[in-house]
Amino acid sequence: MISNVSLPWWAWAAMGVGLVVFIAMIAMTIKRNRGMHRSLFASPYTLWMIIFTVVPVILISYYAFTDANGHFTLDNFKNFWDSHYEANKVIAAEGKRLGVDYSQYIVRGTVNWDTLVYSLWMAFQCTVICLLLGYPAALFMADRKMKLGSTLVVLFIIPMWMNFLLRTVAWMSLLEDSGLINSLLKSLGFEGVQLMYTSNTVLLGMVYNYLPFMVFPIYTVLNKMDFRLSEAAADLGCNSFQTLYKVTVPLSVPGIVSGITMVFMPSVTTFFIPRVLGGGYTMMFGDLIESKFLTEGNWNAGSALSLLMMLLILVSLSILRKVDPNGEGGGLA
Amino acid sequence: MNMKRFLLLLLVLALALPLTACQPSSDSADAPAPASGGVVNVFNWEDYIDPAVIELFEEQTGITVNYMCFTTVEDMIVQVEANPGAFDVCFPSDYIIERMKNKGMLSEINFANIPNADPANPETCQTDPYLLKPDYDPDNKYSVPYMWGTVGVLYNVEMMEKLVPEFDPENTSWSILWDERLMSNVIMMDSIRDSMGVTLKYLGYSANSTVIPELFAARDKLIEQKKLGVVKAYQVDETKDKMAAGEAAMAVMWSGDALYAIDKAGDDVELGYFIPVEGSNVWCDAAVIPTTAKNKENAEKFINFLCDPEIAALNWNYIWYSSPNMGAIELIEAGSEELELEAYEYREDTALYPTEEIKNKCEFFRDIPENYLSVYEALWMDLKNTK
Amino acid sequence: MMKLLKKCYLGLIMVFLYIPIVVLIIQSFNAGESRANWEGFSFRWYIELLQDERILNALYVTVSIAVIAMIVSTILGTLAAIGIHAMRKRPQAMMMTLTNLPNTMPDIVTGISLMLLVLFTKVERGYVTMLLAHITFDTPYVILSVLPKLKQMNRHTYEAALDLGATPVYALFHVIIPQCKQGIITGAMLAFTLSLDDFTISYFTTSPLVQNLSTLIYSATRTGIDPTLNALSALMFVALLVLLLIVNRRTAEDK
Repeated sequence: MISNVSLPWWAWAAMGVGLVVFIAMIAMTIKRNRGMHRSLFASPYTLWMIIFTVVPVILISYYAFTDANGHFTLDNFKNFWDSHYEANKVIAAEGKRLGVDYSQYIVRGTVNWDTLVYSLWMAFQCTVICLLLGYPAALFMADRKMKLGSTLVVLFIIPMWMNFLLRTVAWMSLLEDSGLINSLLKSLGFEGVQLMYTSNTVLLGMVYNYLPFMVFPIYTVLNKMDFRLSEAAADLGCNSFQTLYKVTVPLSVPGIVSGITMVFMPSVTTFFIPRVLGGGYTMMFGDLIESKFLTEGNWNAGSALSLLMMLLILVSLSILRKVDPNGEGGGLA
Repeated sequence: MNMKRFLLLLLVLALALPLTACQPSSDSADAPAPASGGVVNVFNWEDYIDPAVIELFEEQTGITVNYMCFTTVEDMIVQVEANPGAFDVCFPSDYIIERMKNKGMLSEINFANIPNADPANPETCQTDPYLLKPDYDPDNKYSVPYMWGTVGVLYNVEMMEKLVPEFDPENTSWSILWDERLMSNVIMMDSIRDSMGVTLKYLGYSANSTVIPELFAARDKLIEQKKLGVVKAYQVDETKDKMAAGEAAMAVMWSGDALYAIDKAGDDVELGYFIPVEGSNVWCDAAVIPTTAKNKENAEKFINFLCDPEIAALNWNYIWYSSPNMGAIELIEAGSEELELEAYEYREDTALYPTEEIKNKCEFFRDIPENYLSVYEALWMDLKNTK
Repeated sequence: MMKLLKKCYLGLIMVFLYIPIVVLIIQSFNAGESRANWEGFSFRWYIELLQDERILNALYVTVSIAVIAMIVSTILGTLAAIGIHAMRKRPQAMMMTLTNLPNTMPDIVTGISLMLLVLFTKVERGYVTMLLAHITFDTPYVILSVLPKLKQMNRHTYEAALDLGATPVYALFHVIIPQCKQGIITGAMLAFTLSLDDFTISYFTTSPLVQNLSTLIYSATRTGIDPTLNALSALMFVALLVLLLIVNRRTAEDK
């Protein structure tokens, strides 16, 4: 299917037009500012992103709206709503061919929808836990009196230098029936517990992997914050809890929003963690997309799922942006 | 602390260490072939050949082997399509061979260059007659069997004695996987065709069924199993490790993986392998030559080399899957000091060499037409969606 | 008292982060192959590691790509962040959407879409395509770490520098970059780490000829994770720790 990839002429034309517009915009900026303007620093990056992000996204969209022969179709999205959509066509045809009533086998498959809801729920839980665990950590790290900040940042990063796949496998050897925790429990005379292959195990793996992404942005913001503000609040009679609630937290909203973004997005679509720690028992949306592309080899349906996923995340991003109006366009940073 | 210096040091170290440690071999692979014997680009499953075999081949023929690995056949097809000319020999499984053949991806093999596996020449052909003219390649034109085996059940002897005292591996139905006493103790295959296949067999249908009510019955059976709570996990690759560590009482597995697990478990955990009475699926990984291959003759030389009884025996001793090579099996049974091979009663081991009775009950997977495959996929997703 | 509590909390988080790593390291010294049973102390896997050309090659690919991708994406990203910061509202919002796009895409989609791009342009997949992909997903993270610093910066310092006769480039290096140094460093480290850690995107943008550690490990899950890989991780970990200690001591001496 992919050996004969080709795009229609109008797609190439559109890309050409895009490039011309890009160059024209740079030229206009230069003209308007009579020379170099700081915003031009972003132009190499912009070009890079157009080639390596925008164009590929266009390719994916193209696949989502076409069938295997390259004709326009909406079937891929119908497939999302009803995972039995293709199968039902086959079953109906088969029933007709044999002259048997197969209507009992024609049902809607809800797996895609259910998986999406489940993934969002898991990602939500993961984000909340990361925030609850990570915010105090970032706060304490940024505490000037502790003089630990940058060392701790490094300590947070180091575990990530060990391969993500290996770290996840290491959790498995801790949690297995014959793993360390259960061996310990048994040697102390307790009953063993099944720790693997539950949704909580998956959640643990996700929190473990994404916690640093929550801590960094919050720490960065808190570290730069003017601590005299909280001192002033204390002088004006706030207790430490009130200071935290009324001064520190509101000031660190940009970091929180950024952290939420960095945790929520990857955790919706992770596929290695649920596979190793969840034992293939439940699927997350990443699994679904992966199996569409790799197991079923259905690039069109897989592209449609990816497109929907992106859409959903863009919507949630714009909601997050409302939470942090001061951040304006860059509210995610 | 001075982070800038830390980063700089890191950079220097990171760059310097690996540069002195080794030269990337990818360079040698991209480099033009040595003039002597040319190259052959081999694409095989991960850890599926004795490295000594490759060295011997290079020594004897002067042909350089570029050896690359894949982990799933689906991935292999994608790679072969995406990199035309990159591979001269691949080792797909039965129904994938059929699919590749139907897609026009395979070139006919010139068996005159492979006397060791030439079906037209029974005197030199070493291939097990059972694997000649298989369903997936009925004219023996495109593939040469490399390793084969069955799908069966690997069980933990001690745990089974405790949980199901009357269990007898010689005479057990697939229904044992639905036994409530095995609560959270069965590992099923996270693979559509294999799991649906054994369930269809259990229900008395063909593992290649395209009959709608049969497929729905199989799905309902699998959902029932999941709801009972018998299934511990759905996995493929990790299963052999798990079984060797004594993590579950039973697992549906390929015979080769099962033997690997039995060997790995050693004395700690006693494992056994059986094929349930209803029969099962038999599979075969075979060497094929893609139409895009650049070094077809070298590819044929390589395949012929693999089918040499001594080489096949050597390779078997490394992989432990069933060998299709009758000459090799005789060598293994006799043992050989030259090959450092201990004599082994190969044909006594039913996991390696299933009896005629078992073989007759087993069938190969066929490539199911794409539209029916979408039914399989939809039903499998229903199982995955069961909470 | 509060200070102790805070330290305890951070300590607990550290324990959580480091437990699997300790387990990995212990396993790498296990004489046997099993994950669960301790069969005695040995350096067996370290010796095998040094003889395993595939792993060493993968290490070379992983580290060199991580370093190059980090350098390129830090430069690209810092410049971009400064540029974006200076933009007016509307283009700024557009650029932020563009920056967030790769993060919003599931890794697998980024990987597959990049693979499609590579296939369209008929470039051979391998080291270079993997490197380009890594730069692509690293850069937005650099921007996301630098931008908050820029926002906290006083807008008028740069203008003051210009008024005092600095060229924009001079002002960039002597006013802006020093002020957001910490954001840049965080970004660079993040980029290095992400690149080191990436599996999915590498998997789709490279050919089986060029493997990095992640794709190698993924292949290894088929045959069971080999303790040599644990040994490798342990070595990398210790190397980093030693490095950190040296740097720490030196900076302490400087003061």
